[in-house]
This record gives sequence, C-alpha cells and structure tokens, in this order.
Amino acid sequence: MNNGVLVRLIDVHKVYRTGEMEVPAVRGVSLEIKRGEFVALMGASGSGKSTLMNILGCLDRPSSGQYFLDDADVSGLNRDQLAEIRNRKLGFVFQSFNLLSRTSARENAELPLIYSAQHLSHAQLREKADRVLGSVGLAGREDHFPSQLSGGQQQRVAIARALINDPEVLLADEPTGNLDSRTSVEIMAIFQQLNEHGITIVMVTHEQDIAAYAQRNVVMRDGLILNDGLVSQRRNAATELRQPSASTV
Amino acid sequence: MRIGPTFNVAYRALRRNKMRSVLTALGIIIGVGAVIAMVGIGNGAKAQVEAQIASLGENVILIFSGSTTSSGIRTGWGGAGTLKIEDAEAIRREVPGVIRVSEEVVSTTQVAAGNQNWFTRIYGESADYFDIRQWPLADGAPFTAQDARSANKVCVIGRTTATQIYGNENPIGQILRIKNVPFTILGVLTPKGLSPQGVDQDDIVIMPYTSAMKRVIGGTTLRNINVQIGDERQVEAAQQQIISLLRQRHNIRPGRDDDFTVRTQEEIAEAATATSRVMTVLLGAIAGVSLLVGGIGIMNIMLVSVTERTREIGVRMAVGARGNDILTQFLIEAVTLSSVGGVIGIISGIATSRVLSIYANWPTLISISSIAIAFLFSAAVGVFFGFYPARKAAALDPIEALRYE
Repeated sequence: MNNGVLVRLIDVHKVYRTGEMEVPAVRGVSLEIKRGEFVALMGASGSGKSTLMNILGCLDRPSSGQYFLDDADVSGLNRDQLAEIRNRKLGFVFQSFNLLSRTSARENAELPLIYSAQHLSHAQLREKADRVLGSVGLAGREDHFPSQLSGGQQQRVAIARALINDPEVLLADEPTGNLDSRTSVEIMAIFQQLNEHGITIVMVTHEQDIAAYAQRNVVMRDGLILNDGLVSQRRNAATELRQPSASTV
Repeated sequence: MRIGPTFNVAYRALRRNKMRSVLTALGIIIGVGAVIAMVGIGNGAKAQVEAQIASLGENVILIFSGSTTSSGIRTGWGGAGTLKIEDAEAIRREVPGVIRVSEEVVSTTQVAAGNQNWFTRIYGESADYFDIRQWPLADGAPFTAQDARSANKVCVIGRTTATQIYGNENPIGQILRIKNVPFTILGVLTPKGLSPQGVDQDDIVIMPYTSAMKRVIGGTTLRNINVQIGDERQVEAAQQQIISLLRQRHNIRPGRDDDFTVRTQEEIAEAATATSRVMTVLLGAIAGVSLLVGGIGIMNIMLVSVTERTREIGVRMAVGARGNDILTQFLIEAVTLSSVGGVIGIISGIATSRVLSIYANWPTLISISSIAIAFLFSAAVGVFFGFYPARKAAALDPIEALRYE
C-alpha cells in the first residue's frame, strides 16, 4: 500500500510548444496525496494548476517526470490505456457540469459504465445509477433532463456520474465556479460527506473560502508548488447549512 | 465498449435532430430509390426483349438467304434468293439433331373477304412453324404437312387480321381472297402483341410455303429457313454443319464468302439485349451519382455534428471512452442514417417503378439482387462518408474538446 500514498508525482514537468516557443506550464512538481485526503489545488490563472490537474486526471501526459497512481506508473501510457485508467480509477467534476443535454440524469450518470470493461445488464446499470443519484440527493429526479434541473442539481448529477465506477480519486475542476454561494456550500457538503466515507478528492479552486472546506491546500505559482499545508481552520459545510444566516461566502 | 448502448447513443443523437436526420437520409432515399427504379426500368426493358427473342422458339437456328452483288449494287440479306426448298430438305435430312424445319417466304399484300379488305403480311411456312415458334392457335386447327405437300389453299390468320376483316364474326371456315385466290381459314392464332420493333405480330396470314410460292408470291427461292435443334448442346455443331452443307450445295469455293447467313437465336438475343443492357448501366450510373451526392450530404452533416458535439466527445473521453469507441459511435450514426435511408429508398424505388409500370406502361423488373446490392451499397456509403468525420472525432484531444465553446 506504500503508506497509503495514492497519488505520487515525481519532478513532473509539462512544456507546451506553440510554434517556435516553448512555454513551461509545470516546472518540476513533486507531490504525494494519501488515500482519503481532501486536497484543494489553488493558484492564480496561469499558475499551472489546471495543467497539473489534467496530468492528475490522466487527460494529459507529463513532458518529463513520473506519475504513480495507486502504485502504477501511468506517465508512459498511451491514449487508450489512459482512457481505461480514467474510466476505472478517476471521476471528474467540471465547472460547467458537462452533462449531455437532452439526456436524462440517470443516463448521464450511467455514462462511464458504458465504457467500462465490466458488462452490466441494462437493469444493473439502472439500479446502480439510481443508487448513486440517491446518494447525492437526487432520488426522484432520475428521469429529468439537465435543462429541467437547477445548477446545483446538475452538478450533483455530475458528481453521481463521477462516482458511479467507484473511483480511487474524485477530481473536481472549479466545481462551484458556476454556482451561487448557498449551492456551493451544498456541493461542498457532499464532498465532505464523500470524503468522510473514504473517497480521495482533489479539487482545483481559486477561491480561498472554498479551499477552506478541504483538509489540505496546495498553492501553485509559476508552475511550482509555492505552499503545501493543512487547513488550519477547516470549514464544515453541513454545519453551515444548518445555520442559514452564517452561510455567506 | 458494448455495441448495444452505442446503438442507443447513435439513435438518440439522430432523434435529437429529427429534421436534420430526415433531410440527410432523404439524400440517400432519393439516391437508392433512383437506382432501384432506374435499374428496374432497364432490366424490365431487357427482360421484355429477351422474352420476345425467346418467343422465336427454343434452340432455333435461322438461315437467311444471302446478298448478291450485281453491277456493283449489293442487295440486302434475303435479296439474292440463294436458298432453295432443296436446301431445307437437305438440312432436314443430313444435319444431326434437327427436329423441325420451316421454309419461310414473306410478302405483303391486300386480302379481302366479302366487302372488307385489309393490307397484311403473308407468311409461307411449313407445318412445323407453329411448334418452332411455340405459337398455338386460339381457335381452329393449323394446316398440316399434307396441306404443304399439296399446296392447299388454306391458311391461319392472326387476331388483328381476323378483327379487321371479320369483326366479331367467327372467321374459321370462311373464305379469304388473297390475290384473288380463295383460301379457307383453318384457325386463328393466339395474340402475341407487339414485337420489339413495334410491329403488330398479330397482323398476319400464315399459309403453307408451297401455297404461298405457287399461288401468291411466285418465285422459287426462300427468304429464310427456321431450324429447331432438339438438344441445346447440339446447336453450335448444327450451326457449323449447316454452314458447310450449304457451302457445299451452293458450290462456294474455300476463301469465298457465304451467300447466306446463319444465326442462332442466342446470337440474335445477345445483339438485341446489348442495347437495353447499356441503357440499364447508363440509368444506373446516373442514379448512382445521386446516391454519391447523398453520401456527401451525410459526410457534411456528420462533420457539423462532430463540431457541435465536441464537448460531448470530450466528456465521453474524460469518463473513459477510447478513440475507437467514439469512432464506432459516429460510424454507427452515419451507417444508421444511410441504411435507414437505403431501406426507405428501396421501398420508394419499388413503388416508383410500380407506378411507372402501371401509368406509363413501362415494363419494370426488380430483382432481389438489385435490392440487396442497393442496400449494401447504401450502408457502404455510410461507412465511407462517415469514416472521415468519425475519425476526426476520435482524434480529438480530450482537454481541447472539454474546453471547446
């Protein structure tokens, strides 16, 4: 188990080539994330946090350095192998939800299972999707289309979709960026609850308040880790929701 | 990835843009429909010609009198009168496999009965003629070999001639005056309709060739000889034997041209169907162009669809779709469009050719093979024109695709 380390980056670089110019986005990042952690990845735009997130999410490969996910080196895998890793071990939540339009909540949640190696029957797919939707508080809305759901509800569908394949890591890219403050807290409540049940979460955000719901904050600047430490005064979303007046973000 | 859900995804994507899907499929519908209808028309024409050639009789060899050159002027086939009754008898006697022979002379003349008269064709034949051409009588009896030997004044007439002269009266037993010679009508032939050249085959009087030569036309030579061979495999050998027999009888030295022409029914059929075959290919090719245009329509729409759904592709990739999964999905969409269009096209093509058969009176023939080919071809159009957009989708970078606005 390697001391429970789930994600290990060793001296990861990422260089983009635009014509003649080489633009370094990540310039030597080493990072370890343990199983069960809730990490907020912070930094201004251009700090390299999105690039690092793409690498963590196996959407992109590092130019140099190594990335171990669950003890397996994934830095040298090809497109198809990365797709399989994403399907099996990772779950994504995006700022703009990225749900398929005119497709029911249930079918959106089922999506990763369609590409999964395990072959489930139609009924099994349905049952699993309904269970996950229920766990994020969407029971009864399985047949709704995204256009019939609020922003917060849409993000819950996206979370359900991310969770359906029981991933090792939940990766969230500005999950509250398109949501109002109260809904943001609701989403954070779900994240904290999931984290308590043992799910590892890595969340990109540029908002200090949102980062305060995580256990640990990693701050980036100019492609390097500037600061890495535990959150001293961690916020508890569930508590805040019980005191509506205090939930101003 | 499983193929079932992929079909589902493709189906849903097509339903999401109903109008667009219908219009795209319409291109294929028109293309396939045109191919089916056009090839149906071409094949129908060909089948009609073939049927008429077949009505010449089975395993028939036709021998035409040759042309001569006199003072530099060449007469056409049959102009020389080189075939004699004795030639026909020699063929009957000496060529193996021959089962029936009919000596033929042809003329046109005025015929009359009572106060009616009519200009028609006179055929002199042997009694075998009706069997060779498989042309039974509708009413009455044919003349016999005995009638031919004695040059009796008897004849059978076609339906048109019968109607023109006798109207609704029964012509059998009546007297028909041909060049003022009274002929007794023995029977009326079953109607055959128009020949491929548009000649009314029922406008005819058939009598023994001896009677025709002696009493109506005059002369001692035959226009042609119809020979029927018993066994299909002997036709070619018989053709060669007839040629050498006639060369010998006509004293044609080696190296000189024949003064007659021998054609098998098969050769005639081939020449006659060549035109309609060319027509079929031509019509099919023109229709094929519209199918091609339909295919380009599919490609166009698929490209638009890939661009529109870039984000969707990104999401699918992020949750684990491999390039192949995306490729398959878009290919299935394209093939679904084209093959659904193909099926509807086949149905509308069949309907079109039915309508043409009924209202324009064009013969059409739709074979199972042309339906199968049209369907496979339309599916292939989907694969061919769907492949490029699908590959484009599959090659997208997931990060770029997710960021696409």
